[in-house]
Amino acid sequence: MGEVFLQSLITGVTVGSAYALVGLGFAIIFNASDVVNFAQGEFVMIGAMSAVSLLAVGLPFVVAIGFALLITVAIGMMLEKFAIEPAKSATVVSTIIITIGASIFLRGAALLIWGKNFHSLPAFSGEIPIHLGSATLTPQSLWVMGVTALMVLLVRSFFKRTVTGKAILACSANPMAASLMGIPVRRMMLFSYGLSAFLGGVAGVLIAPIAFTSYDAGMMLGLKGFAAAILGGLGNPMGAVAGGVVLGVLESLGAGLISSGYKDAIAFIILLLVLFFKPQGLFGRAGSDRV
Amino acid sequence: MRRYGGFLVLVALVVLAPIVFPGNYFVTVVGVTIAFNALIAVGLNLLMGYTGQISLGHAAFFGIGAYSSGLLTTLMGWNAWLALLAGLLAAWLVAEMIARPILRLKGHYLAMATLGFGIIINILMVQPTHITGGPDGLADIPTLTLFGWAIDSDIRWYGVATGVMLLGVWLALNLINSRIGLALRAVHGSEVGAQMMGVDIERIKVRVFVVSALFAALAGSLFAHQQGFISPDSFSFHFSIELVVMVVLGGMASTYGAVFGAAVLTLLPETLVVFEEYEVLILGAIMMGIMIFLPQGLWVSLSQKVKQIIASNRSTTNPSAIS
Amino acid sequence: MMNNTLKALLSGMVLLLSCATAQAGSEIKLGTFLAVTGPASFLGDPELKTLQMYVEKINREGGVNGRQIKLFHYDTGANPKKAVNFVKRLIKKDRVDLIVGGSTSGTTMAVIPLVEAAKLPFISMAGSVKIIDPVKKWVFKTPHTDKMAAQKIFLDMNKRGIKKVGMISGSGGFGKSGRGQVLALAPEYGIEIVADESYGKKDTDMTAQLSKIRAANPEAILNFGFGSGPAIVTKNIGQLGITLPLYQSHGVASKKYIEMSGASAEGVRLPAASLLVANKLPDSDPQKKVILAYKTAYEAQHGAVSTFGGHGYDALFLAVEAIKRAGSTDKEAVRTEIEKTRNFIGAGGVFNMSPKDHLGLGLDAFKMLEIKNGDWSIVE
Repeated sequence: MGEVFLQSLITGVTVGSAYALVGLGFAIIFNASDVVNFAQGEFVMIGAMSAVSLLAVGLPFVVAIGFALLITVAIGMMLEKFAIEPAKSATVVSTIIITIGASIFLRGAALLIWGKNFHSLPAFSGEIPIHLGSATLTPQSLWVMGVTALMVLLVRSFFKRTVTGKAILACSANPMAASLMGIPVRRMMLFSYGLSAFLGGVAGVLIAPIAFTSYDAGMMLGLKGFAAAILGGLGNPMGAVAGGVVLGVLESLGAGLISSGYKDAIAFIILLLVLFFKPQGLFGRAGSDRV
Repeated sequence: MRRYGGFLVLVALVVLAPIVFPGNYFVTVVGVTIAFNALIAVGLNLLMGYTGQISLGHAAFFGIGAYSSGLLTTLMGWNAWLALLAGLLAAWLVAEMIARPILRLKGHYLAMATLGFGIIINILMVQPTHITGGPDGLADIPTLTLFGWAIDSDIRWYGVATGVMLLGVWLALNLINSRIGLALRAVHGSEVGAQMMGVDIERIKVRVFVVSALFAALAGSLFAHQQGFISPDSFSFHFSIELVVMVVLGGMASTYGAVFGAAVLTLLPETLVVFEEYEVLILGAIMMGIMIFLPQGLWVSLSQKVKQIIASNRSTTNPSAIS
Repeated sequence: MMNNTLKALLSGMVLLLSCATAQAGSEIKLGTFLAVTGPASFLGDPELKTLQMYVEKINREGGVNGRQIKLFHYDTGANPKKAVNFVKRLIKKDRVDLIVGGSTSGTTMAVIPLVEAAKLPFISMAGSVKIIDPVKKWVFKTPHTDKMAAQKIFLDMNKRGIKKVGMISGSGGFGKSGRGQVLALAPEYGIEIVADESYGKKDTDMTAQLSKIRAANPEAILNFGFGSGPAIVTKNIGQLGITLPLYQSHGVASKKYIEMSGASAEGVRLPAASLLVANKLPDSDPQKKVILAYKTAYEAQHGAVSTFGGHGYDALFLAVEAIKRAGSTDKEAVRTEIEKTRNFIGAGGVFNMSPKDHLGLGLDAFKMLEIKNGDWSIVE
């Protein structure tokens, strides 16, 4: 059982890292605009699918990935510009529907552009597995974990140390006050969507060599990312990251040690239990209710 | 009279449709689907529109009704009506059990919890293949018999489905106009405020959640008998989303809006078939478009327009009528 | 010059003739409902393309019994609820003469009561053995069953002396149904299933399940599933350094699977229709001519052929042949003629239907293939 445990743990952390990146995207957008963006998973798909196409056209690997991320960022900003901004006074439920609508729309567009086949990206540095006792680890898993860690650190210091980062936090705390202080709230919003699309795209490019990608690959990752963000406590970026890793490990251990058929059920039951006992997520702060 | 004028119009529409278009596919076949969806949407609207709570997992209750009826009639040989009651009972128990902890959550946490609940129930339909038939589904569910009269044709199902739907609408309208309805609106306005007025919010929210679950389970039982076959795909996360869209599309806190939203969203894919591969794209665009430009929903916005036009006509023909 | 005029003249005559014959009878209404989008689109997409391609070809060549075929098609997205309404639409609104379609077992099972009640011949393109066992009067199907796949795999395992098998399957309809057949049939072949794991439709990594299977010490691994799952399983097995023989089902029978799995696909065995190895068949093989023609025609328009499109080919031509023999589209007559199909050479094998067998394929319709050097090869 020991080797199964170790292998499940490794897998869980790898998959969980991807959830963490998607969850981080959720948290950033939520912080900036109080919107839970259900189209977040589509960024993952768009990043990966664009990279596949650009690579097929003959661009060098790094250039293809660079452009793919640019495309994803552009689409993230367009989403903010054309769908979120015009619906400024929308309620929680309306924004949920708008972003779900956006995710369906993007999936439909991807279907027309890329067709229905699933595709793969080559692994970044070969496929020769690394042995850790009886368990194995692929170089791509290391890439996933490493880049995720790097992104998390960058995002963290961005919000802590840069003026722009602090400005975004100010927007989320009180948009009215922020705009009175001369912070361009609109531009900050646009920037947040771009950043979170970027993170989604990165996740897509990282995971495509392991899990493949297709026009409908975003849906599931979006849900898992949302679960990660909620588990960690909405609006807490580092919580979302922790939530993602926890979710990935739960699923993987559930599959390896208990039952692979019920692994998603196990993960969601634990998520529900956490919410029942900590209604604000693992690392969330209790908010005040309106009167 | 004025209060139920809308209801009479709805009854007239439902009765006249098959007479004006006898045997029409869109009336007798799609109409049944619309009726089931409308029943669930009307129930969900009580929850979403009047208590401001979202549920992204209502397909689960629809499924609990359907699988109770399907399993009890095929595996245990139960009477279909008894099975239907058992389905309602099961949905009631499950709803009671989860309502309290789930409804303590707010906003997106509630969305996540209900979504997770829906997914768990769906997995319970897929995994125990030997009982539920798994993803291949459960076949040979017998049809209903009413007073020795088998409901086995489209037009008979149309009668039953729309009848139950109208009953549901009637119940919902009465509930909204009752004291509970008043309290509900208070909850939606401000929970803390309502609480200070002495409204037991938690109990009311739980009740409404249970009622909406029962609406969905009833539709599910009937759906199972009408289709004769059920499989987990019909009760997935996607359907939960569709239900929410129906409520919001029509306009929240409007029972007729929910019926209208259900009709639009059920007819949409049927009419979009001509667009083939563009169907998904168009559906997404419509959802976004309506929410961005008509945030009050299609039905509420349209009916306000109509009222305005009527009002302005009146004022031009007979200015004194305004008072 | 002369040649061109002759050609023009000839085609003009053909056109006139076809117009004349088209008027001889009203068109044949052929209904179909397929999962062209959604999770089973890799089934529905080639099926629809095949149907459209050949209906057009048949019409160009004068139709069936001088009547043109009109194809009515709806996309179910693999959703049984949609399938039920669309089949009602085909029956009530479009008033079709017969139906081919139903890419997935779920959508097929959902509509069986409808076509039985409407007394309409229906040829399904879905895999599950439940569709034709027990036999339903109006329902036929063209794909090999999951039961046949399991039998073929077990026979091969017997030959290789494999007794303990670790199974992993997809949680979709195909995987679940195949899993059921494997569990039911294993004892008959003296095989013990020592592990029974599964994965979800969009799962990204199966190493946890596979290391659990490895811990159960099987002599071979068997995967029943389709879509991207089996390719991930194959890659993960390579990553884990598991060297046990791997068997896949006919659900992976497309070049895409080899391409996605990369080097790990080497040595994988699976039962599949001859279509995949059309070029490698001996000339004596009765199917060779038919499947080469289909493969060439399909690939000229749409890219790499898959066995799934072949199910569409078989369904269409079983129907067309039956209508020809019946001389009309009388439903009972067409149904009887489909049931009387003998020695029909299709893409999936040679069909011999009977009142007791509404599939009409034997185990020999499957070839055991092994992946060698990134290509299919026949195991004998």
